[in-house]
Amino acid sequence: MDSTFLTDRTAIAIGAGFYTTGLLYGAWSLLFRRRHSRIGGYALMALGWLVHTYGLFLRGQITNSCPVGNRFEILQFVAWSCTLLYLIVGPAFRTSLFGFFSAGMAVLLGVLSIAVPAWDSAARLRPFGADPWVAVHASIALFGYGVFALLALTSLMYLLQHRNLRRKRLDHAAPLLPSIVDLDQINLRLLAAGVALLTIAIAIAGTNWHGQPGVVAPAKLFATVTVWLCYAFALVQRLRQRCIAERFARFGLLLFLAPLLSLWVVIGPPHATPAATAPQPVPERTP
Amino acid sequence: MSCRPPQLLLLGVSHQTAPLEVRERLALTPAKHTALAAELRADSAVSEYCILATCNRLEIYAVASEPAAGPRLAESFCHIQAIEPAVLAPYAVERQGAAAVAHLFAVAAGLDSQMVGETEILGQVKDTYAGACTAGHIGPVLNRVFQKTFQSAKLVRSETAIGAGQVSVATVAVALAERIFGELRRSRVLVIGAGDIAEKTAKALRNREAGAIAFANRTAGRAEELAREFSGSALPFAQLGTALGGFDIVVSSTSAPEPLLTLPMVYGAMRARSSRPLFLIDLALPRDIAPAVAELPNVYLYNLDDLAGLAEENIAHRRAEIARARALLETRATALWQKLAPNATDTTEIESRPSAPDCHQGSDQASVSAPLP
Repeated sequence: MDSTFLTDRTAIAIGAGFYTTGLLYGAWSLLFRRRHSRIGGYALMALGWLVHTYGLFLRGQITNSCPVGNRFEILQFVAWSCTLLYLIVGPAFRTSLFGFFSAGMAVLLGVLSIAVPAWDSAARLRPFGADPWVAVHASIALFGYGVFALLALTSLMYLLQHRNLRRKRLDHAAPLLPSIVDLDQINLRLLAAGVALLTIAIAIAGTNWHGQPGVVAPAKLFATVTVWLCYAFALVQRLRQRCIAERFARFGLLLFLAPLLSLWVVIGPPHATPAATAPQPVPERTP
Repeated sequence: MSCRPPQLLLLGVSHQTAPLEVRERLALTPAKHTALAAELRADSAVSEYCILATCNRLEIYAVASEPAAGPRLAESFCHIQAIEPAVLAPYAVERQGAAAVAHLFAVAAGLDSQMVGETEILGQVKDTYAGACTAGHIGPVLNRVFQKTFQSAKLVRSETAIGAGQVSVATVAVALAERIFGELRRSRVLVIGAGDIAEKTAKALRNREAGAIAFANRTAGRAEELAREFSGSALPFAQLGTALGGFDIVVSSTSAPEPLLTLPMVYGAMRARSSRPLFLIDLALPRDIAPAVAELPNVYLYNLDDLAGLAEENIAHRRAEIARARALLETRATALWQKLAPNATDTTEIESRPSAPDCHQGSDQASVSAPLP
């Protein structure tokens, strides 16, 4: 292990520390009914994301590819995408709980990624160096998954606000949630963006590996296309006004199970990865 | 000169004694209001009277020459409503003398309101008094009592924190609208009826920069008048059903005996809308909007009780001031009544009073939810 302090894993851990602080700060504000500084929460997330980005950059230098080569990296990349989207979308909302929820998602994915040490093995899922399109395909698809993660968050916020309004009991958190109309609009935009990203990712895969049987496992192809179909169906139904409001939010939340499950199929169980039979930790790298 | 002091009688039903369904049943239509006034006028023992009818209460204040006139108030009311006295009894409140004065003071000061400390009730009491004056129902006793009521309401606001914060049906409704629509600039508002609270809600929405406001009223002239006042537009009442889908926020406050906005009507309106929600605020009693509408997707329906319930937490700190405000008002009420009826005595239960009370026993009596004869 390198003796220098700031390794890729350390940077990722520090980023996660900022996210956790943002989460705890939001929880403290809610539980003790203290004022929640929107700027403070946003700053914590922004700092966390910067350090997180640096950590992934270092990881990319180690592997000489986009850091989406094992389960740890994939989950970290989804968390990074989700946080980036929050930093872009979040300021549009006047209320502050969006940052709290985003921090929660980043922490959840971060904890999940380190839950099994073997997931951060040196085994690579793909020989990215050989075909840069694979890395482009994977990173766009995972960024799309990050969009869907954020969609799940905003859908959850919609359902909470809707539940408060329907039960006619507005608790302390209710004023901190964005309005129903704002959440509905952002849900639609996120869904459209996610479907577009996944469409691009699938198009890249189809263009590059069409007619090359064996390059893509049927199970992985099926999983990816199924996720795309699920979200595309939800988008069409929403645009046709067949699935709106609460039902649309329920879709947005529950459909996130599809990309989560598909990740397992796409990545495959540990023994399915040839080099993962004897996983070795990725060597840490410093600048 | 008679030895009997004037008897101030109160018979009332309010949100504190009766649920919404009962208040709906006991609400006075304009025709019944007129009929009740005529019955009271016909009672030779009643010299002055005033009927305070708001969304949350119906109270009859009467000055009589004998305490026995008290039960007749209930009889007249039940007769007009065509109900048995037993229907009214569990929900009725009776007060006499200083207790009745103190009750009116508390009502006007907002202590008895669903949203403690709200100011709309004072305006409603003033309007009721003005109307009764114009109709010639007010005499020297009620005139004095009401004038002191207005003074006391002002005093309580300055001496206590009962009016601290901004809590009212209108502001709660606006806060809810913002939770549904965010900024209200692009929200179209429809106000049905010309009730005082509806008008205040429209004003509050306008203050939050709500988009276009339209008014619909059975009296087209009134709708046009409000439209001019709010720089809005008037919507023909007959077009309610077809135009409903074009509005985001609907405030309804009419005296219609049946719901104006039915389930099929709102369902049809929602089909014509895109994915935008519809916020319905029913400030009427009886309700203007069918309760089943609340089950429709993307529809948020709030009635008076709902809005009041939401304000409860916000006004908790006001409640802490109630005891102090009541003590202040009761002192003033007692002092006033002693001036108006120097021979009056203190409170006893109405139920325990003899059938032919003398000067001592017949005054300053109070009971809550006392069974009526």
